[in-house]
Amino acid sequence: MMLLVVTLTTFAIFFVIPKWAGSDPALLFVGKQADPAAIEGIRTKLGLSDPLLLQFWHFVEGLFVGRDYANGSDVTHCPQPCFGYSFRTEQAVWPQLTDAMPVTLSLAAGACVLWLVGGIATGVVSALRRGTLWDRSAMTAALAGVSLPIYFTGLLSLAIFSYQLKWVDVDYKGLGDDPAKWFESLILPWITLAFLYAAMYARLTRATMLEIMGEDYIRTARAKGLRERTVIGRHAMRSTWTPILTLLGLDLGALLGGAVLTESTYNLPGLGRLAVNAISDKDLPLILGVTLIAALCIVVANLVVDLLYAVIDPRVRLG
Amino acid sequence: MTDIDKPATAAVGEVAAAGSPAPTAFLEVRDLRVHFPTDDGLVKSVDGLSFRLEKGKTLGIVGESGSGKSVTSLGIMGLHTAGQYGRRKARISGEIWLNGQELLGADPDEVRKLRGREMSMIFQDPLSALHPYYTIGRQITEAYQVHHEVAKEVARKRAVEMLDRVGIPQPDKRVDSYPHEFSGGMRQRAMIAMSLVNNPELLIADEPTTALDVTVQAQILDLIRDLQKEFGSAVIVITHDLGVVAELADDLLVMYAGRCVERGPAEKVFYEPQHPYTWGLLGSMPRIDRDQTDRLIPVKGSPPSLINVPSGCAFHPRCPYADVPEGGITRTERPELRGVPGADGHFSACHMAQEDRTRIWTEEIAPKL
Repeated sequence: MMLLVVTLTTFAIFFVIPKWAGSDPALLFVGKQADPAAIEGIRTKLGLSDPLLLQFWHFVEGLFVGRDYANGSDVTHCPQPCFGYSFRTEQAVWPQLTDAMPVTLSLAAGACVLWLVGGIATGVVSALRRGTLWDRSAMTAALAGVSLPIYFTGLLSLAIFSYQLKWVDVDYKGLGDDPAKWFESLILPWITLAFLYAAMYARLTRATMLEIMGEDYIRTARAKGLRERTVIGRHAMRSTWTPILTLLGLDLGALLGGAVLTESTYNLPGLGRLAVNAISDKDLPLILGVTLIAALCIVVANLVVDLLYAVIDPRVRLG
Repeated sequence: MTDIDKPATAAVGEVAAAGSPAPTAFLEVRDLRVHFPTDDGLVKSVDGLSFRLEKGKTLGIVGESGSGKSVTSLGIMGLHTAGQYGRRKARISGEIWLNGQELLGADPDEVRKLRGREMSMIFQDPLSALHPYYTIGRQITEAYQVHHEVAKEVARKRAVEMLDRVGIPQPDKRVDSYPHEFSGGMRQRAMIAMSLVNNPELLIADEPTTALDVTVQAQILDLIRDLQKEFGSAVIVITHDLGVVAELADDLLVMYAGRCVERGPAEKVFYEPQHPYTWGLLGSMPRIDRDQTDRLIPVKGSPPSLINVPSGCAFHPRCPYADVPEGGITRTERPELRGVPGADGHFSACHMAQEDRTRIWTEEIAPKL
């Protein structure tokens, strides 16, 4: 249901608005020097003269069962899931997406693990040592992390660790091709992307932890005679997860933004870079494809987060 | 300084001064001081408190908010610094003897092992004192398993047994419920079950009925009394409600600004109270047998700052009788806790002469109550 709304919206934005703006998709497809007959032919073939609702129907149909682009005898079959053909390269969009997806997923998943572990650990230690040198340096670093843009930290680490020190080679290799090279090529992007988010999580965890340590049930846990590390690990951490999860749900949605910058900086062939290229090329089907995949990821991520809520907080299970 | 020069009873009543040999009483607190450093100054939450408590007896500690009642109990439990993650830790001094063992100088890990096993605590608001994400059963078995190396099933059986004992219906089902699925009274019962799961010898109940409905309050108090008889433990009930301790306590201790102003057997403190603050507490207690047209007599003013405690008697700015003793002594000199003549074990810290106190109580205060 939510996905349908997202599809409609993206379709509207990327299909209808360019038309109002006066740019003709057919013109984009054939190029500026094409003769009017060719433009007309393409328009018929892509169904651009059909009513908008019909165009949308064909688009959705293409996603699920595939569709035929036909102009008289000139028929191109696009198997499902059909996202159409790139205006620029005339390649089908779907294979491009499936090529780019693993890169972005690797980047996002690795960075996510890194920032959760790093951010939460830093936050907990800072909270327990509030006011100490450790706490202050960690929070200063976190402030820097929140403030510094990805293209700055990214380029800086690229310059230092890859060009100057030559510790890592950042040419991307698939996980299936060469796991070691895959890891090596992603380690810097992971750190760059994770640094930004870890900073936020460290601050959130610290604040939450400090608040929770003052709760009555923490005092109860101590009154039972539990060891301090059990009090923190079992009782305090359990409650700290809730706000972290909330933030995570929001961040997974915004992650593509971070991925765009990181992928551009490190030249990773992922969805982010694909989106940037598609937008600068006015390649509407490709933009539409990337957006839909991104939307799908957000919906799935939020679903997972909602399910996790129920696992963590028993009060959610009833409501 | 030798103890001979200084009469032990002068400063702290019947309790021996700090530094004396180990007491024979089950719990003896000597000259307890808990101070919290803050930006505004040193908060003297508890400032020289002494009392003793035998097994099987109940002590009621009474006072208004900020009089140091809760901090005293947390100090005994060794939890006064808990949750303070900073450089400013609470300072505690004095002696706390439990069963012949001194707690303040003991290894914190030894005290931790006593917590929950020999001394345990019931808190004011059972909803916030229970972890919202764990089942009642899990929280009780956890308390049991800290001190007993037993299998899960054994601990669970014990939890069900305790829930049954505190009067929770269908304990074998309710053991898997979460705190939010319980009513307020049931939660407090579960809390009591949790605190008694290790048969502690000392139970501290910090405002155990404040967060509960009036109808449930009596049930919980009955339960605490019954369980005390059954387990024979010593109980400290902390409350601002004299009605609560009237039913439960053998002894009463009235606190004001971190110090004890009156202490004695409950019936003495109730029927022959010696301190104007105790009179004030009695006057502000609603009673069913009182004439409807009579108004409650509040203690005027508000509790003093614990940073700048009033000079002399801390209660003098609010005391209607501050000028009864001559020479303004109430403003300059702090009254010591002294035995009430002819009343064994009854102590009060007031500058007023005994005749004045008896006269004011019988002529002015008692008729209005």
